[in-house]
Amino acid sequence: MTPTFQRPSRPSAIGLLLIAAGLLLNLLISLAMARASHGWLPVQASSAAPHVDGLFALETGIGTFIFLGCLSVIAWTLLFNRAPRYDLVDGDPIEGNLRLEITWTVLPFVLVMLIAAHTIRVNHTLATLGGKERVAENGAAPALTASDRAAGTSFGPIEVIARQWSWEFVYPNGVRSTELHLPLDLRADLRLTSMDVLHSFYVPAFRLKQDLVPGSVIRYALTPTREGRYRLRDAMFSGGYFATNQTDVVVEASETFDAWLTAAARQPLVEAPNLAVEMHRKRLADGDHGWATVPPAPPPRVNVTTAVDAPHEA
Amino acid sequence: MSDSIVFDPRVLRAPHPVPGAPDNWKRFFGFNTDAKVIGIQYIVLSLFFLLVGGLLAMIIRGELITPPSDLVDPTVYNGLYTMHGTVMLFLFLFPILNGLNNLLIPPMIGAPDMAFPRLNAAAFWLVPVFGVLLMASFFVPGGPSSSGWWAYPPVSTQNPLGHLVNGQFLWILAVAISGVSSIMGAINFTTTILRMRAPGMTFFRMPIFCWTAAAAQTIQLIGLPSLTGGAIMLLFDLSFGTSFFKPEGGGDPMLYQHFFWFYSHPAVYVMVLPVFGIFSELLPVYARKPLFGYKVVAVASFGITFLGLIVWVHHMFYSGTPQWMRNLFMVTTMLIAVPTGIKVFAWLGTLWRGKLRLATPMLFCLGGIVNFIFAGITGVMLATVPIDIHVGNTYFVVGHFHYVIFCTITLGVFAAIYHWFPKFTGRMYYEGLGQLHFWITFVGSALNFLPMHWSGLMGMPRRVASYDPEFALANVLASLGAFLLGVAMIPFLLNMVSSWARGPRAPANPWNAIGLEWLLPSPPPAENFEHDVPTVIAGPYGYGLGEPLVADQDRFIARSEEA
Repeated sequence: MTPTFQRPSRPSAIGLLLIAAGLLLNLLISLAMARASHGWLPVQASSAAPHVDGLFALETGIGTFIFLGCLSVIAWTLLFNRAPRYDLVDGDPIEGNLRLEITWTVLPFVLVMLIAAHTIRVNHTLATLGGKERVAENGAAPALTASDRAAGTSFGPIEVIARQWSWEFVYPNGVRSTELHLPLDLRADLRLTSMDVLHSFYVPAFRLKQDLVPGSVIRYALTPTREGRYRLRDAMFSGGYFATNQTDVVVEASETFDAWLTAAARQPLVEAPNLAVEMHRKRLADGDHGWATVPPAPPPRVNVTTAVDAPHEA
Repeated sequence: MSDSIVFDPRVLRAPHPVPGAPDNWKRFFGFNTDAKVIGIQYIVLSLFFLLVGGLLAMIIRGELITPPSDLVDPTVYNGLYTMHGTVMLFLFLFPILNGLNNLLIPPMIGAPDMAFPRLNAAAFWLVPVFGVLLMASFFVPGGPSSSGWWAYPPVSTQNPLGHLVNGQFLWILAVAISGVSSIMGAINFTTTILRMRAPGMTFFRMPIFCWTAAAAQTIQLIGLPSLTGGAIMLLFDLSFGTSFFKPEGGGDPMLYQHFFWFYSHPAVYVMVLPVFGIFSELLPVYARKPLFGYKVVAVASFGITFLGLIVWVHHMFYSGTPQWMRNLFMVTTMLIAVPTGIKVFAWLGTLWRGKLRLATPMLFCLGGIVNFIFAGITGVMLATVPIDIHVGNTYFVVGHFHYVIFCTITLGVFAAIYHWFPKFTGRMYYEGLGQLHFWITFVGSALNFLPMHWSGLMGMPRRVASYDPEFALANVLASLGAFLLGVAMIPFLLNMVSSWARGPRAPANPWNAIGLEWLLPSPPPAENFEHDVPTVIAGPYGYGLGEPLVADQDRFIARSEEA
C-alpha cells in the first residue's frame, strides 16, 4: 500500500499556451454575454435604468467568466480523469496547496469588495429614496415640507395611494387618475402611501421598486427619460387579487403632459373600472367558491381612468 | 490481536429491535430511540411530503402555463403557493436533513447513538404532529394560510372570516412547533458532535459532514428563537388583538420582517451547509483523492455561519431601508462569496487529476455543484442593491432560490440518499434507474428554473396568479420543466422501494470508501461499534495515502464483513 505517484511535472510551454488561449476565449465569451445582457431587460425609461443595467452587465460578464472557468475544470476532469472500468487504484493524494488556497480566498475577497465599492458609488448617484415618516395619530399625512416643493427642476409631489387592489394618483392641482402620467426628463417627486397592507411600486422599465408601508408616508423621486407607456406592477404580495393590481405609467413630453393635466381637471370624477372588484363580484355571483379573501376596496373615483388594452412597451 | 471480536449474536435477537430481527418493520412506526430508525423515519416522512409539495407545485405550474387566472380561483392559488413553500421547507428539507444527521453523525464519529435519544425521538414525533396540523388547515373554513411562506403582516393578520381557528392560525402553530422540534434537534446534534467522538477523533480528524452539521445547527440555536418570537407576536396580533405589527395601534409591520429574516435567511445556510458536507464527503470517494484543503473547507463552514447571521436586511432593500444600511448589508452579503468560493474551488481541486467514477451519487454531486456555482453568481447579483431593487420580488428571485434549494440542496440530498442507501438498508440500489433519475431531474430543473431568471429580469412579479402575455414563453418552459420533475420521481421511488425490498445484499463497504461508518456492517447494528469503538489515528480522507484510518483497522474490517 505504498503511494506510487510522481509529482506532476511543471506544465510545458504548450500547456501554458493552451491555458492562455482558453482564458482568452473565456474572456471573449464573457464580454459577449455582458453585451447581450442588455437584451434580457426591458427598455430603459428612467435615469436609474442605465446604472442598473451597467451593473448587471458587469456582473454578468464576471459571472460568466467564473462560471465557464469552473465548468471547464469540471469538463476537463470528466474527459481526462475518468477511472477506467475495474480500475480501483486511488488518484494522486494531493491534500492541498497553500499558495493556491490563499489565492482563491484573497482574489474573490478583493473582487467582491471592488464590486461593492463600485455599487456604493452607484447607490449614491441614484439616491431615489427620500425620508420615511410615520403618519400622524389622526391618520393625516404629514404636511408638505420645503424640500417637497423645492426647485423648478422637479414636478410634484404626486400622491401615490395603493389599496387592495387599486392604484390612485393625485396630482398637485387635485386631478386624480388610476394611470400615472409623468413629464419627460423632469424629476417627479412621489409620496407613497398604503391604505391597508404592504404594496410595492414597481415599474420594470424604470428599474425601480419601493414598498408602500401602511402607517408611513415614503418620499420617493425618479426621473423618466423616455416617452412611452409602461407597466406599473404591485410587487409585494397584497392578498387575494394581488395579480390584478397593475396599471400603466405614461411618460410624455412636458407640453403634452401639461395639456393632459389641464384637460383632466375638467373631466368629472367617475368610478374607475377595477378588475379585482369585477372578479370578486363574479365569484359572489357564482356561489362564493374559493378560499377566504377580504373584499376589494371600493374603486377610487378619478378624473382619468386607465386606458383599456393600450399596448405597453415594458 | 487478529482474532476479531464479532458482534454479540444476542444483540441481533434482543428485544430492542435491530436490523434482521423479526417484525423489523414495526420499529419504524413507534417511539423508537435508535438514531438510525429515527433517521429513516425522518427521511421516509419527508419524502412523502416532497410528493405533497411537488403536487402543489404542479398545480401552481398548471395555473401559470397560461397568462390568465383560469385553472383555480386566485385565492386558491395564493393558498397553494403558500403551502407549497411551507411544506417543502418545514416538512421536506428540514426533516430530510435531520434524517441524514441522525443516520450519519453517530456512525461517522463512532458514537453508539445521539446524546439524548428520547429527546431525539420526541423531536421527530413533533414533525407528524405539525404536518397533520398543516394539512388540516386545507379543511378549515376559508382554507389554508394564503399570505406566502413569509406571512408578512398586515396581509397575514387580516383574517377575512374572523374565525379564531383559521388557516393562518394553524400555520403559525405549525411553524412554532417546527421551531421547537428543530431546537430540540439542534441541541442533540451539537452535543453529540462535541461530546461523543471516538477516541483519537480530534476536530480536525472529523468528517466535513459533521463540521457542516455543527455549523448549521449553531445557526438553528442562535436564529430560531427570533423566528419563534416573531411567530408568537404574529399569533397574538392575529388572534388576541395586540398590535406589535399593526400601524393603527402604534406597531410597525417592518419589525416582523426583521424577526422573520434574521432566522429565515440563515435558514437557507442551515439547509445548504450539510449539502456542502455531502459534496465534500462524496467527491473524495468517487474521485479517489483526499479532499483538497480539508482544514480550510472545515473552518469555512463556520465563516458561513457567522456571515449568514448578519445579512438578513438584504431581503428588505426596497422596504424603505436607509441607504447606509443597504450598503452595509450588501457588503456582508457579498462577503459570503468568499467562504463558499473556498469550498467550490476545493471541490474542483479534489476532482483535478482524480480517478472519477460516475456512479449515481457522483452525478448528483456534480450536477449540484454546477447548479450551485450558477446560483452563487445570481446571489451576488441579488446582493447588489440596484440590481436587487429591480429584480427583488420578481421571478428572478424565485429562480435563484430554487437553484439553491432544489438544484443544489435537493440534488445533494439525492446524492446522499444513493450513497448511503447500501449502508443503512443493507441493499444495493439499481444503478440504471438512479442514472435515469439524475438525468430527468437535471434537465427538468434547468427547464423549470432557468427561464424564471429571464421573466424576472423582464419584470414579472413573484406570487402572481395571472400575468401579462409577454411572459408566456418563459412560463410554458418552466411548467414543462416542473412536470418533468414530477416524472423524475417515478424512477426514484421505484428504485428505492424495489431495492429496499429485493435489491442485492450490500457489502460493508461497497464504494471502497474511507470513514468510520464504512467499518460497520451494512446495516449497522443498533449501537454501531457497541463497546469496541475504534481509535482514530488519521484524517478522514486518506485516499491514495495508504494509511489506515483507525488502529487495528483490519480487525474492524473483518468484523464488519462477518456480521
